[in-house]
Amino acid sequence: MSKQINIITSTVVPVNIENIDTDQIIPARFLKATTRDGFGKNLFRDWRYENDDESKPKNFPLNDPRYSGKILVAAKNFGCGSSREHAAWAIKDYGFDVVVSSFFADIFKNNALNNFLLPVVVSEDFLQKIFTAVEADPTTELEVNLEEQTIKLLGSRIPSSNIDLGKGESFDINHYKKTCLLNGYDDIDYLINMKKDIEAFEAALA
Amino acid sequence: MAKTLFEKIWEKHVVKNIEGGPSVLYIDKHFIHEVTSPQAFRGLEQRGLKVLRPKQVVATVDHNVPTINQHLPIREELSRKQVQTLKENCEKFGIELYGLGHPFQGIVHIIGPELGVTQPGMTIVCGDSHTSTHGAFGTIAFGIGTSEVEMVLATQCLMHSKPKLMRINVEGTLNKGVVSKDIILYIISKISASGATGYAVEYAGSAIRNLSMEARMTICNMSIEMGARCGMIAPDETTFNYIRGRKFAPQDEAWDKALTYWKTLYSDDDAKFDNELFIKAEDIEPMITYGTNPGMGMGITGHVPELSEIDVKEKSSYEKSLHYMGLEPGALMKGKKVDYVFIGSCTNARIEDLRMVASFVKGKHKADDVEVWIVPGSKQVEKQAMEEGINTIFEEAGFVLRQPGCSACLGMNEDKIPAGKYCISTSNRNFEGRQGPNARTFLASPLTAAAAAITGKVTDVREMLV
Repeated sequence: MSKQINIITSTVVPVNIENIDTDQIIPARFLKATTRDGFGKNLFRDWRYENDDESKPKNFPLNDPRYSGKILVAAKNFGCGSSREHAAWAIKDYGFDVVVSSFFADIFKNNALNNFLLPVVVSEDFLQKIFTAVEADPTTELEVNLEEQTIKLLGSRIPSSNIDLGKGESFDINHYKKTCLLNGYDDIDYLINMKKDIEAFEAALA
Repeated sequence: MAKTLFEKIWEKHVVKNIEGGPSVLYIDKHFIHEVTSPQAFRGLEQRGLKVLRPKQVVATVDHNVPTINQHLPIREELSRKQVQTLKENCEKFGIELYGLGHPFQGIVHIIGPELGVTQPGMTIVCGDSHTSTHGAFGTIAFGIGTSEVEMVLATQCLMHSKPKLMRINVEGTLNKGVVSKDIILYIISKISASGATGYAVEYAGSAIRNLSMEARMTICNMSIEMGARCGMIAPDETTFNYIRGRKFAPQDEAWDKALTYWKTLYSDDDAKFDNELFIKAEDIEPMITYGTNPGMGMGITGHVPELSEIDVKEKSSYEKSLHYMGLEPGALMKGKKVDYVFIGSCTNARIEDLRMVASFVKGKHKADDVEVWIVPGSKQVEKQAMEEGINTIFEEAGFVLRQPGCSACLGMNEDKIPAGKYCISTSNRNFEGRQGPNARTFLASPLTAAAAAITGKVTDVREMLV
């Protein structure tokens, strides 16, 4: 797993579906593992294959040879439902470093950040622009700059459809998390270093 | 300064506020189960860490366990291995485990309250999104991922930002045939599956106050289905009476001391909420869902929305959902054939749920072409049901009473609804494939599910109540 994120420039895989829950991202039957590895091959399993049969791919963006890249783009309320971190593991293991949506479910967002998978919240308008641009030209690239907290479509216009790509947007992330991602720090490292404070807190409670 | 219930508990648990970032929050109780813990224990081992406070951790097996023949070795290898891994980890790290065969085993959110582990004013977490259930006791309780399970095991703390606060007031008297599950399905249908994302929700109002503890748990349980970080209800005499005398409840002087504190846990009169909703209990019908998220619900007499009623941007997701469900826009739900009835899950598998079903079906028999599974939430619920003769009523009705576990709520064990079949379910999620690949779920209350078991179709239970 690559820790540390800064600037990611990549083509995208667009999944224009709302309310994608973590049961779709990684179905429950794949949660029986006791390690964190290898979930990528089962990412969106039941949306990718007919009757769980890899020889029968469905019409789904992950199976579409036009789309590839390190950035997954999905419609609003991405990652709702079950708290399973396996969803973040599957997305990261498949090869994505960024997920873009207009709205994320809370638990998923935390899980993603804890796995150095950057959730980027954009406006509904910009999200639709990404979908339109990428559907018109799948080679369209997004640039996500964590240090600057910006996201933009590269180029100015798609020649074939005359879509104006605009200037992009800035996105929010709290300062602490940003520092963690830029430097590859875990929350757990931070907490372990607080052991004395935690014990003092417990003593005061008693 | 006036404070909300949430703020009173939150502030008491903040170890440190990080500038421009989250707070370090102390966690009182940590529930773990076999599915979301193995990687956390492995992480501890890799870092050479111990569990900081093993006595504050409670472990059970629920997601993956079979619900028949629990005395036999688990047939499926991966499930067996996961259950065994939890046992080994608990032994290694000194954590009490209520494993298969233990009289306290059961669904994690059922056993916490019934053992008296869950108490007002606590912070409680678990690697499961339905941890919000425990909020019914006036706790801050929420689901976490496995990395966070590891953090809590190692440090008894988490790093979280304080959420916004929402209060949902339900005032008035519930109509005949309407129970707490209908209240929460109604709320979610009004505000959508993402309507409370970013918020901690407090439920208040006379209709909530009049509910039993078990009914309150059903409401808080589904807070996550509208995206809420947690759901909570201020503790009152109903809460205290429920806790008193339970196995891990405080006793004697400790009880008096705890009670004095618990009585301070309510939102002050002029406390500020970021958002507040008002709902009339009289407006709520028995509810049913028709789609593939819990926000896609309606009163049982309603019809599936027409395409013209759906926002343009949401149309393709809506059509995808109806296609999966095999339903047409405008269809009536009442009269729709069902194949399976599942009464169980952390939402509705407590003794009151089973009693409600039993008193309704007593002397009736299920429809011939329906299969009915009743899965009690815990060994204690199962035992109680036997003692009260509820199992006999179920047998006579043609229902199958299975053994405790999460079962067909998420179909991780062998209890799956077959592809294409319709299941009316008292669980919490109607997602695609949730109850088995291509299975179709209608969420409803135990009463509405029981009515469907008898008629074999989606039924307005009010027509069957005397």
